[in-house]
Amino acid sequence: MSKLSLEEKRALAAKKSKGKRPWFYDSAEAERVLNVAMALAQELAVTRERIDTLERLLEAKGVLARSEFDHYLPNSAISAERSQTQQDYLARVFRVMTQSAESAGEGAAGHEGAASIDELART
Amino acid sequence: MQNWATVKTPPVLGAGPPGYHVVGRHGMMPSVQHDEAARFNFLANMNRFLSTQLLPCVKTAYDDRAKPAFVKAQGTAPAHRKDVKAIMQHEPAYQNWSALRRGTMELRQQSGRSVVLRQLEPLIEQARVLNEGQGTLRLSDNFVVPRYISAVEQHCAPGGYSSELVADDIAAAANYDVGIFATTGGGLGRYADGGGKAVVQWLARTHPSFKPKRILDLGTGLGHNLLPLAEAFPDAQIIAVDVAAPMLRYGHARARSLQTESMQVDGITFLQANAEALDFPDQHFDFIMSCMFLHETSFVAIQKIFNESKRLLSGSGISIHLEQPQYAGMDVYEQFIRDWDAHNNNEPFWTTMHELDLPALAQKAGFAPAQCFETGLEAVVDEALFPKAPGKVEDYGRKAAWYAFGTQPSAESAASSTAA
Repeated sequence: MSKLSLEEKRALAAKKSKGKRPWFYDSAEAERVLNVAMALAQELAVTRERIDTLERLLEAKGVLARSEFDHYLPNSAISAERSQTQQDYLARVFRVMTQSAESAGEGAAGHEGAASIDELART
Repeated sequence: MQNWATVKTPPVLGAGPPGYHVVGRHGMMPSVQHDEAARFNFLANMNRFLSTQLLPCVKTAYDDRAKPAFVKAQGTAPAHRKDVKAIMQHEPAYQNWSALRRGTMELRQQSGRSVVLRQLEPLIEQARVLNEGQGTLRLSDNFVVPRYISAVEQHCAPGGYSSELVADDIAAAANYDVGIFATTGGGLGRYADGGGKAVVQWLARTHPSFKPKRILDLGTGLGHNLLPLAEAFPDAQIIAVDVAAPMLRYGHARARSLQTESMQVDGITFLQANAEALDFPDQHFDFIMSCMFLHETSFVAIQKIFNESKRLLSGSGISIHLEQPQYAGMDVYEQFIRDWDAHNNNEPFWTTMHELDLPALAQKAGFAPAQCFETGLEAVVDEALFPKAPGKVEDYGRKAAWYAFGTQPSAESAASSTAA
């Protein structure tokens, strides 16, 4: 048995255990999305814990007090920058929703977007 | 500006489990970095949330809707846990709890395995160093792992206990050890030895003059529940049996690294063998134990294990086996919840084992009825580090409290059965 590569280890860590996996919701698709949400919830908890560690270390080293985070007030320029970041973020996260809305309007627009791959293949 | 807390009273949630930092370190424990520990903290909290916040919703759905509807339709209450399952599997509260519990188990495996695989080579090397030249680790080259272990990946752990990814593999054991805190929320104590400590305490309470000379631990795994016995009985020869080589390699190295003046491990032999048939003379042992082992065997194997224990136990000897509570006489809803792990956490013998009459199996093996006892034991842990979960709601099937069954010399049986 030879040494495992990083790619093999990544795949082995995420491997499914033997046997038929039980699904509890009527929709396995919905349950798969729930499992993705759980993994994201875990990673968010990890991120929050890391930020908490960061704040506490900064305080312990006398760089700043933790209360400074809670009382921090951004100025207008920073607020505007943050809004911009939030809008970019939401556009990325909800891309599939905005794309659905686009496709609903495509028929009326009558452009090539309405054509299916099959139709385009015949042109 | 008002703080949100002054506007709205935050919800009162159950207290969470202790942080990962309380988990005991030893020479074989994988190193756990900041974010890896945070993943385990999330999982321990998730399990606590599932048992204290979501499981009560499942019970409410049963009491308020599913059960009354069943009674209205059938004219009688559900008489079997299968009736409960039939009506509960459509309840959103049950679906939510189950989907999240299964998902949490899978996340726990990935979280643990990624920690272990990241440092697999140095861990294997560390085990080699600790195990080198020790006659107390005895593996067999051509050992046949029984099908009930090799064919099943218990607790959704890919590869199960016995499969090996590389030569001298210890990954399955290291993953078990590094993540058991998350599954139990620390309920088993710093070194996951709360069961072994409970056995030692039970012996001291019920058989204060008993000093075993030869101890046999069946399905020892990491040897985690055995070490308290080694500490309590320093002069005893101990045989720790398991079928899985990765568990034995790791368990032996773990024990060596935990050796202190008050806990000598030179007397412990980690032996690859099948508990159904062991190569020791009749009446060789005066104490035989197992912790959460029998439910991972099989219907055929469990009788053979009792038969073998009868052969190996001396006339003045004692045996004890710790398991989750048996189903007989238990409310059908509680049975249904406790049976969840059988189908949903890869425990195929779980249901059958919890329906068996263990004293009857022991008597079939030749023990006298008066020798058999049943009692309840709770994990012994440092409560300063691991405060008990608040409230009466428990994590069914995972709680660090057990049904204990065993045998002892006839005259003592009546006294200690009631002493728990």
